[in-house]
Amino acid sequence: MLKIKSLVKRYGAGDPVLKDLNLEIEGDQVVSVIGSSGAGKSTLLRCINRLVEPTSGTITLNGTDFTALGKRDLRIARRRVGMVFQSFNLVDRLTVMENVQSGRLGYISTWAALTRRYPKEDIRRAFELMERVGIAHYADKRADELSGGERQRVGVIRALMQQPEILLADEPTASLDPKTSEQIMVLLRDLASELKLPVIINIHNVHEAKEFSDRIVGMRYGRIIFDDLPGALTDEAMHDIYAGIPHADRQVEGKAA
Amino acid sequence: MTGARDHWRKQPFISSPVVRYGLYAAVVAYIAVTVMTLPIDWQRAAQGLERAGRIFGGAFPPSFQRSGLLIDGFLESLKIALLATVGGVFLSIPIAFMAARNIAPLPIYYLGRAIIVVARSFHPVIVAIIFVKAVGFGPFAGILTLIVYSIGFVAKLLAERIEEIDPGPVEAMKAAGASFLTTLIYAVFPQIMQRQIGLGIYQLDSNLRASAVVGIVGAGGIGATLANAFGRYDYDFALAITMVIVGVILISEAVSGAIRKRIA
Amino acid sequence: MEQLALQEWSRYTPQQRFQRYAWFALATLVVAWALASVNIVWAWVWDAPNQMGDLFGRMVPPDPANLDQILSALLETVNLATIATALAVVLALPVAYIAAQNTTPNAVTLWIGRFILVSSRSVNTIIWALLFVAIFGPGVVAGIVAIMFRSIGFLGKLLGEAIEEIDPRPVEALQACGASHFKVVLYAIVPQVMPTFFAVSILRWDINLRESTVLGLVGAGGIGVILQGAIDTFNWQEVSTVLIAIIVLVVTGEVVSSYLRRRIL
Repeated sequence: MLKIKSLVKRYGAGDPVLKDLNLEIEGDQVVSVIGSSGAGKSTLLRCINRLVEPTSGTITLNGTDFTALGKRDLRIARRRVGMVFQSFNLVDRLTVMENVQSGRLGYISTWAALTRRYPKEDIRRAFELMERVGIAHYADKRADELSGGERQRVGVIRALMQQPEILLADEPTASLDPKTSEQIMVLLRDLASELKLPVIINIHNVHEAKEFSDRIVGMRYGRIIFDDLPGALTDEAMHDIYAGIPHADRQVEGKAA
Repeated sequence: MTGARDHWRKQPFISSPVVRYGLYAAVVAYIAVTVMTLPIDWQRAAQGLERAGRIFGGAFPPSFQRSGLLIDGFLESLKIALLATVGGVFLSIPIAFMAARNIAPLPIYYLGRAIIVVARSFHPVIVAIIFVKAVGFGPFAGILTLIVYSIGFVAKLLAERIEEIDPGPVEAMKAAGASFLTTLIYAVFPQIMQRQIGLGIYQLDSNLRASAVVGIVGAGGIGATLANAFGRYDYDFALAITMVIVGVILISEAVSGAIRKRIA
Repeated sequence: MEQLALQEWSRYTPQQRFQRYAWFALATLVVAWALASVNIVWAWVWDAPNQMGDLFGRMVPPDPANLDQILSALLETVNLATIATALAVVLALPVAYIAAQNTTPNAVTLWIGRFILVSSRSVNTIIWALLFVAIFGPGVVAGIVAIMFRSIGFLGKLLGEAIEEIDPRPVEALQACGASHFKVVLYAIVPQVMPTFFAVSILRWDINLRESTVLGLVGAGGIGVILQGAIDTFNWQEVSTVLIAIIVLVVTGEVVSSYLRRRIL
């Protein structure tokens, strides 16, 4: 279970990007986070595994308070959080297998990483997952030879190789064409239920969000203003989420801009 | 696809194992043989540390007492660099035309290329030694050396630029019945002038660096001052000179970079 | 030169034209100053073509009597350049790492790295060689160390820039996987700098080949020793043989290095 309590993130001296945010995610739900650009979706996701350092508040994953961890413990804890990125963030010049295995870097020895002699069970798991998503025959290809959809599959497998307890996906389909984008969403949903894995997806495409998720969280200017089943996302709710600056925040936002 | 595989190895860069291990073995053998056969005098090298201590001890603190000598040396280096740049950039123009395939007839093209290859192959210090022997010690040998050095670089790039020029204006001029020289002046020069000035400024910077070096073998400038200081074991003065050379080179690099940025 | 461009009447505004004239006048003035004050005996200048012709006359035909010695010195030169480049490449890696803004541990190491790069780059190989000949005595060791010292700055600067230009996104991804700092470097940074690493090393090897031909002139080993010997004994026919050998060496080096660069990249 992921529990976010009173999360605040402020860059420099400006207005906070996340304002006292609370969120709980249980079981193997697929949760979509929607909101206009600058609402703080990406910052929220990156605060969970502390790629972005939260200013205050706590983030607890299955009993571990991430915000209290030291550098070394954080590294160990990060293995438990898989992440998928908008631009895939693969290492272009490495093979697909090396990219996939880099999800295991937190576990294997430096020597194994250096010589590319990965443990047998890791290789077996990698082939299983790659076959599951149809990219096993690319194992020896370089990552930059693949198409966008295939690259994102590599990205997803890399995250799953960590055997995470939760999967974070930051606009995983924003760089893909509509058809591939839908395939990736299907994949994320199916893998979540197969692996009993909660998934948080930042997404711009509201249509996809409604179709593929169990729950939708709407953010506006650093606050959660909607949190319900996809069916409850009415036009009015949509309007609120994507409308202009809420009255209470207008003054400060004006100053920040 | 087969079921779950549990074996994977990164495909090696060279697929044939014979060639691969052969190459590894060759590299190891090469290093071993060269290191063994290099005439290294280990005893002498070991003594070097002690000597290094003495040199550095003698070098600190750097001595600027004879700053008059230092300034004179530098001014001479600057003059050498300036005159060599002007001479080199001008001489590069005809040589570059000779070495441009689209302008010069084949025999002249080969001659032009040969001049450039020779000018580029010889390190300025070698050229300087020859000139010192031919025309005597002093800045004149330095200027000649750096002219050759400039030609090697400027003429090569300029020839490449000339080979890339837009043939349109050239044809237009020829069609208008212009002579070869007129064609060059009106159709080709305007296309290469900008580049030539940029190259000249770059070359001035390079020449200033090189002039510090060619002086060591007697071709005038600050290098001669430095070599003298070294020869007389005036390590504190040598350090002062080196520091000033480094400073001037950094400044000259920054200035030439700034000017080229403005021109481009 | 300027006038040619100025004949196109619409090209510059009057102010621009004035600026151009001013620069041109300034440049002329500086050159005139240099020409007037440089310490040259003009009589020698007018005699120079004669002298050059005379010297050239004494150089032909090249004398191959010492060819075997020259060839072995040539081989020594290649070895010197290669070993020194290899050592410099290894030493340049950590320097590049601390001189790149995105990998350096802290501000102090950044400045140390930059200081190493600047001091190595600003001092010419020959000056380094002078210093190391004074330390180690005449010989190949001084040459190797001199080439190495100069190359570290060159390699370190270009590699450091390559590190600064990497795509940071894979780095973020691997950090998110919980990879240690060293593994992130190994998987996300090393593959990205690899092409530059090879290209720059080969380029430097080519340059070092050229530079190592002159080390002998200050006593630091290689073909330059023989050249200096021949010059000192006025054996001009041998000098020309050595010069031809150097051209062959440098041109071969250029061909080999451009072949390798095409092959690897």
